[in-house]
Amino acid sequence: MPLQMHRLRTMDQIDSKTEARQYVRFTRLNRMLHAIMIVCFLSLALTGMTLKFSYTGWAALLSRLFGGYESAGYIHRFAAAIMVGVFVTHLIDLFHRKRHEYGSWKKLLFGPDTMLPTGKDLADVRASFRWFLGKGPRPQYGRWTYWEKFDYFAVFWGMVVIGSTGFTLWFPEFFTLVFPGWMINVATIIHSDEALLATGFIFTVHFFNTHLRPEKFPMDMVIFTGRMPVEELLEDKPAEYEAEVAAGTLSKRLAEPYQPIVIRAIRIFAWIALGIGFSIIVWIIYAMVFAYQ
Amino acid sequence: MNPAGPYMLFGNRWRAWGPVLVIAVLGLFPGGMHAQETEECLTCHEDQDLRGTRKGKAINVFVDRKKFAASVHGSLSCVTCHADLEGKELPHAEDLAPAVCGTCHEEVAAQQAASLHGKAARRGDPFAPRCPDCHGSHGILPTKNPRSPVAPMQIPYLCGKCHKEGSPVQQQRTIHADHILENYSESIHGEGLLRKGLVVSATCASCHTAHAILPHTDPSSSIARRNIAATCTQCHAQIEMVHRKVIKGELWEREANVLPACVDCHQPHKARKVFYDQGMADKDCLRCHSRQNLVSSKDGRSLYVAQEQLGSSRHVRTACSQCHAGVNVAKVRPCETITMPVDCASCHAEVAQQYAGSTHGQLVARQDPNAPKCTECHGTHAVLGKHQPQSATFATNVPRLCARCHREGEKAAVRYTGTESKIVEHYGESIHGRGLTKSGLTVTAMCTSCHTAHGVLPRSNPGSSINPANVPATCGRCHHGIEEQFLKSVHVDTTGKVKDKLPVCDDCHSAHTIRRADEEGFKLTIMNQCGRCHEQIARTYFDTYHGKVSQLGYTKTAKCYDCHGAHDILPVTDTRSHLSRENVVVTCQKCHPGANRRFAGYLTHATHHDPDKYPFLFWTFWGMTGLLVGTFVVSGVHTLLWLPRAIQHRRQRNRVAAAPEGNTGDAQASAPSQTGTETTGGTITQAGAKPDAPPDAPAQDHGPDRL
Repeated sequence: MPLQMHRLRTMDQIDSKTEARQYVRFTRLNRMLHAIMIVCFLSLALTGMTLKFSYTGWAALLSRLFGGYESAGYIHRFAAAIMVGVFVTHLIDLFHRKRHEYGSWKKLLFGPDTMLPTGKDLADVRASFRWFLGKGPRPQYGRWTYWEKFDYFAVFWGMVVIGSTGFTLWFPEFFTLVFPGWMINVATIIHSDEALLATGFIFTVHFFNTHLRPEKFPMDMVIFTGRMPVEELLEDKPAEYEAEVAAGTLSKRLAEPYQPIVIRAIRIFAWIALGIGFSIIVWIIYAMVFAYQ
Repeated sequence: MNPAGPYMLFGNRWRAWGPVLVIAVLGLFPGGMHAQETEECLTCHEDQDLRGTRKGKAINVFVDRKKFAASVHGSLSCVTCHADLEGKELPHAEDLAPAVCGTCHEEVAAQQAASLHGKAARRGDPFAPRCPDCHGSHGILPTKNPRSPVAPMQIPYLCGKCHKEGSPVQQQRTIHADHILENYSESIHGEGLLRKGLVVSATCASCHTAHAILPHTDPSSSIARRNIAATCTQCHAQIEMVHRKVIKGELWEREANVLPACVDCHQPHKARKVFYDQGMADKDCLRCHSRQNLVSSKDGRSLYVAQEQLGSSRHVRTACSQCHAGVNVAKVRPCETITMPVDCASCHAEVAQQYAGSTHGQLVARQDPNAPKCTECHGTHAVLGKHQPQSATFATNVPRLCARCHREGEKAAVRYTGTESKIVEHYGESIHGRGLTKSGLTVTAMCTSCHTAHGVLPRSNPGSSINPANVPATCGRCHHGIEEQFLKSVHVDTTGKVKDKLPVCDDCHSAHTIRRADEEGFKLTIMNQCGRCHEQIARTYFDTYHGKVSQLGYTKTAKCYDCHGAHDILPVTDTRSHLSRENVVVTCQKCHPGANRRFAGYLTHATHHDPDKYPFLFWTFWGMTGLLVGTFVVSGVHTLLWLPRAIQHRRQRNRVAAAPEGNTGDAQASAPSQTGTETTGGTITQAGAKPDAPPDAPAQDHGPDRL
């Protein structure tokens, strides 16, 4: 904590002294979608876990807190619908940006800002492990690192797997018009275990990669504010910085930082989300290790 | 029976007088034709040691002259009865025919021949009694003579020779009554005859007749149902006048078939007196007992009897001396002859018999100090009927009554070793208890409804109303429809082959904590109740959505009985089962209106731990688990390797940030792309040193320029 406070103070000094304009990394829409997704995802995780870990006292308590299993079910399905909405909005946004920013799918998908895995990513993975083992320098990560790309596509995969099985469980009478009854059982297992994977991954690996790793500890605000100090960009994503400089677009991407009060509000929200996520991890570990039936 | 027996009656006693009698008889009876014939016979037969044969067996053929002379047949000649000797030369041949009684006693002989005894004799039954077996032979005395074996006083003994408990007749022949003699001797008839010497009191022959003895199933029998009234009214001539309530006068004899026969109330051999000692009125008792300070000289307990209590009691028409039997009106204190405590059984015989077999009764018999006697529950003089709300035995008061001993800590609860606890409290919270106390439903089950009032026995006793074998019937007394369903269900073994212990009502509903089946609490516990026997199937149920929601404490999803039925559970192979192929879709549709045949294929007890039974689930589960474990192993390794390097990375940066002054020299450090492990620090230095850079605005205005 002292470490963190020290750093905060340092950063504040920098901000207050310089009023530095910051590098904008995420669009407003992306930030909003991420925030909505946080709310949905936590709601889905909490309500879903009450059923998955129904044998724990915590589950019964939470279920009651949500107003009973039926009410929890409504929340779960409502959040799921919003989540699908988020997903669709993102896809629409992609089309939009393809038309207005990139001009073609080729530029969007195979340009320097692509989310698709590239040869550089493979090289970065290799270089990262070399760095981890002290056999090389920290790789020059670009705009989207390989772990960020992994997280991004994990959502795609999760949306398809959890979403499709979720709809099967939502409308079993409709799905059994075509599929045999035991497919419902199979869908339950997939839905449940994939959800466990998603929550487990988000609340440990993703949290570490973005917030908890010492460079960013305790929290990387960039996904909420969209902004990061240019020097931080330089430090964390040197290749992106280089690219911006090379393209001469860095100054276009700079913007005024948010008011401290806005930052504080966002920080509170983020901390709550982080706290819930960690609580769920604790609960999962408790349920899987100590109370498993 | 030894056929020679009757001939030996009194024989030995008179043997010593033999010679004297011979002389006396010779002197006293000089002539007369038949007398002479008799004399002729006696010439030989008064020899006490005279032997003859009957059917090849040697028998004593001595005839006592004096006894014969004194007998009712004393004036008859021998050949009157021994007709086959008529005109025979003396000495006559051996093996005479039996003496014939029917020549003179025609009517009686006909009756006897048609009777049970006569028929048995014709069948050649060796136990069958013949005339001499009851009446004797040469020394037959008038019935009025108390020495006669058929005198009223002797009849019970006479009949008892064959009909007493343990005799060959009683053991080897079908006789439906038992302990006949014992019961008779204790009955009012027996008491009158044997203890009080009343020869007019009914003896065996009074009811069964002397010679026309027939089973009660024979319509012409004196004890046939139609004839009982006539038989009893031989003595109790105007009994219908005092049985007005029961029989309304003459109706009894006219339509005996529609009315209770005497023996329905007064058991044939146990007939007890039901009336108190004549002449003893309550006011005689109350002369002393209305005094409030009257106490027992023995133990000082109060002997005061509150008249108003008696007046409003169930026994208002019962006289003191009817219960406090044994008074003697001749005494100044008639009660001083009372030796026995009040015996309720003298009127309430059936209840008393039931009670004697119960746990309570057994305790009394063992003289246990905790034993509850009749008065413990019913009180004494103020006894009320169970339908009177003030009575302690009124339905709503019974739990409190039983609780006096059976509440936790009380004397009965202390002795109790079973599994139930806080019986009274639990009952009070149960549906039955609340029905009784809160809703005031007197038809609600309370203690005695299940345990019976007088036949209380522990569960382990096969005769107990709460023995598992009897529980369905006990509950079925009120819940008859349920019992009918239950008895047809898979939980009742009709084949006798099932080895497992099968559940009865209380295994699921409990004994004293019975709850409404539509209450949340019951619905949630019932799954555990089923799970006690159906372990595997209950566990897998909790792996499915239905089970998980139930486990969270909600009752809306399907529970065991929603699909399987509650009391009418049948194997799925039975077409009547809720889960048979014919019915399962309809069963699902109870909650899932759109359910179809495929929907019903949902595995409600699925487990992903059984690769043989559910391979799809098993492999799906392990596939997903593999994916999960794989992802976490890869990303976990990645993170763990990253962590120390990242910490190091951060430390270096902070070190530089903490000492920005010393780093100004590096301000123009080269592009980040050139950084190595060491130069990373340089980059940070530059970031940290940024405040020292020229004014921000111009720097940023350069846009594309590096920092």
